[in-house]
Amino acid sequence: MAQYAVLIYSPAPADPMSITPDYLELLDRYPAQVTELGGEIVTGFALQPSTTATAIRGDVVTDGPFIEAKEVVAGFFILEAPDLDVALQIAKLNPATRDGGVEVRPLFVPPDA
Amino acid sequence: MTGNVRAEVERAVADAHRREWAFVLAATARVAGDFDVAEECVQDAYIAALDAWVRDGVPHKPGAWLTATAKRKALDILRRDKVFRSKMPLLMEPDETEMDAAAMDKDDDAVPDDRLRLIFTCCHPALAQEAQVALTLRLVCGVSTGDIARAFLVAEPTMAARLTRAKKKISAARIPYRVPGASELPERLDAVLTVIHLLYTTGHTAPTGADLLRADLVDRALHLTRMLHALMPDEPEVRGLLALLLLTDARRATRTDADGRLLVLEQQDRSRWDRAAIDEGQHLVVGAFRTGRVGRYALQAAIASLHAVAVSYAATDWRQVVGLYDRLLTVWPSPVVALNRAVAVSMVHGPEPALAEIDALEQDGRLADYQYLPAVRADLLRRLGRHREAAAAYRAALDLATNEAERRFLESRLGEVVDSDSGRSSEG
Repeated sequence: MAQYAVLIYSPAPADPMSITPDYLELLDRYPAQVTELGGEIVTGFALQPSTTATAIRGDVVTDGPFIEAKEVVAGFFILEAPDLDVALQIAKLNPATRDGGVEVRPLFVPPDA
Repeated sequence: MTGNVRAEVERAVADAHRREWAFVLAATARVAGDFDVAEECVQDAYIAALDAWVRDGVPHKPGAWLTATAKRKALDILRRDKVFRSKMPLLMEPDETEMDAAAMDKDDDAVPDDRLRLIFTCCHPALAQEAQVALTLRLVCGVSTGDIARAFLVAEPTMAARLTRAKKKISAARIPYRVPGASELPERLDAVLTVIHLLYTTGHTAPTGADLLRADLVDRALHLTRMLHALMPDEPEVRGLLALLLLTDARRATRTDADGRLLVLEQQDRSRWDRAAIDEGQHLVVGAFRTGRVGRYALQAAIASLHAVAVSYAATDWRQVVGLYDRLLTVWPSPVVALNRAVAVSMVHGPEPALAEIDALEQDGRLADYQYLPAVRADLLRRLGRHREAAAAYRAALDLATNEAERRFLESRLGEVVDSDSGRSSEG
């Protein structure tokens, strides 16, 4: 099994408090679908809206997310899956793909010393 | 005498490189679990073959010999180096490794064919398309990085970096080494066919430079499609692509004149088209249509076959061509298809209605940088005798055309319409 970070992107400011009831319903169903496809969610977090983010570049501190964009990181979870095909199948079912999207990124495992 | 043996062995090794590379690499990759290690071992096996075959004679099955040698080298590396061992599970499906070790020394008939896995992994949609193309040439066809770089007009270090990045992603993200299951197959197969078709079209009309045809890429694409057809004989779109390539390639010798100038379909000497390729292509088209699952490659092949059997451009069954383009648009709603359909429409209903379709395509905007849009417009206007407008359209096409042979064609057509325009009108 490999581990992937699945980064959730939603339209800014991605406020978890304004999630619609039908989106919540899809989210409720998600863990069961993950298991059915042969994956497992190790851990996951939702973030406060991007309006609460603070970015630091060099020594300049600015209000807002690091990259200004239409979509912002809304949360992420760590997914365990046998391979990328399974991870992508699972990621495709995430409700965030409806009006935003997700990024699947393998976790770095340091080579055996 | 020895010199003869050496030369003979060198020929046998070169032949095995061309025929067996994909087979040897695909099988070795499964043992090595890593494309870099596999590549190195396969290279070494080919080098080892030179001496071994001089000493022991060329083996009965060169591919099996090379595979066994490369696999043995891979296993040696894995045993020796623990760092590689950590890479091992990346590509392998664990249940198959033991069986594979047992099958290693048997005849190649006993070893399952891994070439399909190799092709599907190289053309995985998680890789950028240019990386898919480069990987396919490097790993499936065994083309050197330098040659791939030259074919795609990039510097060799750029191409090497592209290949390294792609191989690294395959292993880091665990892109699996397997043929996709039935539910994913149509989409994944389409990606494979797209890569092969792209190779063909890149070779067929080199995007820049003096040669209209980069024959090597065309041959590689044909070879790959034949391989795929042998591995998946029942897939109608594989048949369709093979048919399309054969029927298009049948015109290879007639696409330019003795000076390398481009000849359009209308000007080509049809008696010099490759009849054997046309027959084979047509046979495949019929087979693909018989399955009842007709896709975009089979439809394009069917159109190509109507051209192939017509005695002249004018005598082509244009009505049926238009009908096939209509079907093609339903499975593949591309503006390029609509443009080609407009050409066929002009042959059935005349240039005027075709011109209206070109107008619509220009409004659509998706073909704004596509040289064939103004080129087709120019040709329709020329046929209507509207030479001044035709000249403007030829100039627009020239602004977009990069291939030297095509540029010369457009320039000569431009010359014709400018001449007839100034001959008829004094306003210049």
